[in-house]
Amino acid sequence: MKNIIGNINKAFDHRIRLGIMSILMVNEHADFKMLKELLGATDGNLASHTKALEKEEYIMVEKSFIGRKPNTKYSATKKGREAFKKHVEAIEKLLKQ
Amino acid sequence: MSTEEYLKDITEIKDMMNKSSRFFSLSGLSGIMAGIYALIGAAVAYYLDSIIGRGYLILNSKLFNYILIDLVIIALLSIITAIILSIRKAKKNNETLWNSASKRLLTAFLIPLVTGGIYIIIKISSHHYGLTGSLMLIFYGLALVNASKYTIGNVKYLGYIEIVLGLICAVYPGYGFWFWVLGFGIMHIIYGSLIYFNEKSS
Repeated sequence: MKNIIGNINKAFDHRIRLGIMSILMVNEHADFKMLKELLGATDGNLASHTKALEKEEYIMVEKSFIGRKPNTKYSATKKGREAFKKHVEAIEKLLKQ
Repeated sequence: MSTEEYLKDITEIKDMMNKSSRFFSLSGLSGIMAGIYALIGAAVAYYLDSIIGRGYLILNSKLFNYILIDLVIIALLSIITAIILSIRKAKKNNETLWNSASKRLLTAFLIPLVTGGIYIIIKISSHHYGLTGSLMLIFYGLALVNASKYTIGNVKYLGYIEIVLGLICAVYPGYGFWFWVLGFGIMHIIYGSLIYFNEKSS
């Protein structure tokens, strides 16, 4: 039991962060607008959560320009994928008990 | 955290994975309509054949051109109907019509379909019409199977059916017309109805 709880990751302990990771697990990358639409978050809210995940090195941020518009693209890192998988497995194990 | 909250998390994860990678706003009704257009188009082709064709289809003949126009009209009507119904459903689902999921869906669908279309045109222009019905069914089936990853998953079963029909049709090319009616007309209506009633009940 202790071991399982150890795998529950605090970094994913929020609906928006959980959502961002879920989206990036099945999409090679997603831009800010796509995340915003899917998660129904405000700009500031989403930005703070992406920053938190970036700090943990779970997601990668790529800034570029499409024409003159700045475009921010996010993708999950290998570390992030593994951490998320562990987190989901831990939740599933807890639910089975 | 309580069990309930964890369950909510898992639901949320699944929901986000699906929403971000699959386009769900396809309507069963557009399948039914495509089937009906195909049946009407087939009836028109059958009628034209009986008055001017006498069973032979010759390239650049009047009949050939009419049937080509007939096919194009069926395809256009089906596409337009699908787009209009998807716009409506996307609005209801709060989904945008042109998003990364629908783009992927379209790419996955069009690659086998356009390949097949070009192949059929090449075969027709070298006077090989015999397998047109079979090829249309096979490539359409492959397109459906390929696209099913990005939309309602059980679209792939319709794809399998079309592929099998196309293969059987290749053995009996003389019955190509009837296989076409079965695959594009009747199967669309049956499958569209299944999806449609599923939508209503959920």
